Amino acid sequence: MEKAVLLEISNLTVTVDGREILHSLNLAVNPGETAVIFGPNGGGKTTLLMTIMGFPRYRVTGGSITFKGQDITNMPVDERARLGIGISFQRPPVVRGVKMHDMVLACLRRDDKEAEELVTALAEKSHMTNFLGRNINAGFSGGETKRSEMLQLLAQGPDLALLDEPESGVDLENISLIGQLINEVLGKTHPIRERSRSGLIISHTGHILDYVNARTGYVLCGGQIICDGDPHDMLNTIKAKGYQECVVCLKK
Amino acid sequence: MLEEVRKRQEQALAARDKKAAVGDDVDLSKFESHVTQAPQNVATGAIPADVRQSVLSTGVMLDDLSQRSGTFVQIDNQPMHMAVAQDGIEVMATSEALAKYDWVKDYLWKAVKVDTDKFTAHTEINQADGYFMRALPGVKTTYPVQACLYMSRARAIQDIHNIVIAEEGSELHIITGCSSSGHEPGVHLGVSEFFIKKGAKVTFTMIHSWAPDVEVRPRTTAIIEQDGLFMSNFVIMRPVHSMQSNPTAYCMGENATARFNSVIVATLGSKIDVGSRAILSAKGAKTEMIARTISAGGEIISRGYIEASELETKGHLECRGLILGEHGSIHAIPEIKGNRAGVDLSHEAAVGKIAEEEVEYLMARGLTRDESTAAIIRGFLKVDIQGLPPMLNAEMQRAVKQSEADLF
Ligand SMILES: Nc1ncnc2c1ncn2[C@@H]1O[C@H](COP(=O)(O)OP(=O)(O)OP(=O)(O)O)[C@@H](O)[C@H]1O
Ligand SMILES: [Mg+2]
Repeated sequence: MEKAVLLEISNLTVTVDGREILHSLNLAVNPGETAVIFGPNGGGKTTLLMTIMGFPRYRVTGGSITFKGQDITNMPVDERARLGIGISFQRPPVVRGVKMHDMVLACLRRDDKEAEELVTALAEKSHMTNFLGRNINAGFSGGETKRSEMLQLLAQGPDLALLDEPESGVDLENISLIGQLINEVLGKTHPIRERSRSGLIISHTGHILDYVNARTGYVLCGGQIICDGDPHDMLNTIKAKGYQECVVCLKK
Repeated sequence: MLEEVRKRQEQALAARDKKAAVGDDVDLSKFESHVTQAPQNVATGAIPADVRQSVLSTGVMLDDLSQRSGTFVQIDNQPMHMAVAQDGIEVMATSEALAKYDWVKDYLWKAVKVDTDKFTAHTEINQADGYFMRALPGVKTTYPVQACLYMSRARAIQDIHNIVIAEEGSELHIITGCSSSGHEPGVHLGVSEFFIKKGAKVTFTMIHSWAPDVEVRPRTTAIIEQDGLFMSNFVIMRPVHSMQSNPTAYCMGENATARFNSVIVATLGSKIDVGSRAILSAKGAKTEMIARTISAGGEIISRGYIEASELETKGHLECRGLILGEHGSIHAIPEIKGNRAGVDLSHEAAVGKIAEEEVEYLMARGLTRDESTAAIIRGFLKVDIQGLPPMLNAEMQRAVKQSEADLF
């Protein structure tokens, strides 16, 4: 029996501050599937993830989003989070006065004895131990911000992880750490039976493909998914010919 | 001597109707003035249980004195308890100190002017009592010294006159909890004079917890000598009818430093006008003022004034305010005045609302809107107080937390 899709987006049209950014977009993610989204700057990738997460600024003017069989098109962001969607931001805001430690604890959504130990262990894993006492994102470097986002996702443990350029601004050494953390978030370090977590990863360089096993690739351009296929092949084409080729290809 | 006392009384009488420089006027004739009564010294256990319980939220612990180097309790216009638990630290009623030491009179009304306004005048006319605290040269308090100023009577005026002396090289940490029973209305007048000698350090954490119909007019001044440090932490989060205070630090000696931290929450019906002033008149004198204000329907005026007239002086003033809900106002008035080249003064002020982007960021991690808002407000009020001993910091955070419970 085929498993039901985890996320299904149909004919999604999204407007930001009065401007239509996504035009009747379709996309499906199966349980356990990880997909990579490529696309030129301004193509609408961040808009897509932010809309799936449910930020009110991204107004859905058409189509629907279904998650775990439930129509979530109009569901508030916090309910989506508790339903199992998580996001790592391309540029998260600084929250003054809220400590990293308290944030990770809040992401865990438990206050038993083990919660504290978990915070410590997860922070160690993401090399963020020294940041637990700091205000979230305040003065974090680019790479530190990404690790902080991954740490919060690890604590949250979503069924669908939306990762917005998790490797951009990360140095070569830390990129394997980020890759490892992504795999952990996606449950890929666990035995097969637990591998039901899914991910949508936005990437420009595709470096993350060296660490994360993604089977599907998409190109999002001009507010639409214009291509899908093997992410490695896609990356090679894009590297060689740029996104111009995608546009031409679409016209065929 | 007598001549001086007589002159001061005259000055006070002349100023008995003098309105304060800023803040709403209070018609004192509408309240009862009670004479100051001679100090008693009852055991803390003899202080009514409901009082002991209610002052806990102001950082005053009367049931367990093991974490305190000294304790002073005044109820209305009578000192009720005074005790010290450490050699080299003195805690007594101001009237007792005046009787015990001939020189204490030289400190009385030396930092605060008796004819500042009708409120200082009233405390003098009524021969107010209060606490006298002193750290002998080089002595450092192991635990904070606590003072409880409590108003129990309805329609009454409480008069207080405190004197704090930190002798050379000493360190004195004070927690003062100011509160009242539900018997309203009332007026609290408190004069506090601080003398911080060479290389001495005083931290003064004052937590206010009044009632919706109480008027509060503290008058505080600190005189800081060379290398001395005065740190004032001021917390008011519970309702009050009106509060106006503008403590002043005179940094008179080289490298004298004054730091002010204020945490102010004004709920609907409260009018709070609080500022900090620092006069930097010696080389290398420094000040830092941080105010965090929240209007949850109330009216706040957040003042700051720094004046510098010597080389290498440095001052910074920061005032951040949040207005929650429909009503409420915050008026930030930061002022800086440099009187010569070589001063370094700056200020920043911001009044706004909670950033929606931050709330949503927390919500995306699964916190509800209310939980996210509460976490951000809690963080906003959590001033990281530099140089405050960890234990005192914990006390202050505890008090803030207790008051927060009322907010959400
Ligand atoms: N408030 C706004 N008003 C108008 N246009 C907006 C607004 N916010 C975003 N956009 C536009 O929407 C488009 C898509 O932006 P989005 O951030 O989704 O792109 P992206 O594919 O993530 O790009 P990048 O690779 O640079 O991160 C861009 O052209 C952007 O300028
Ligand atoms: Mg983007």
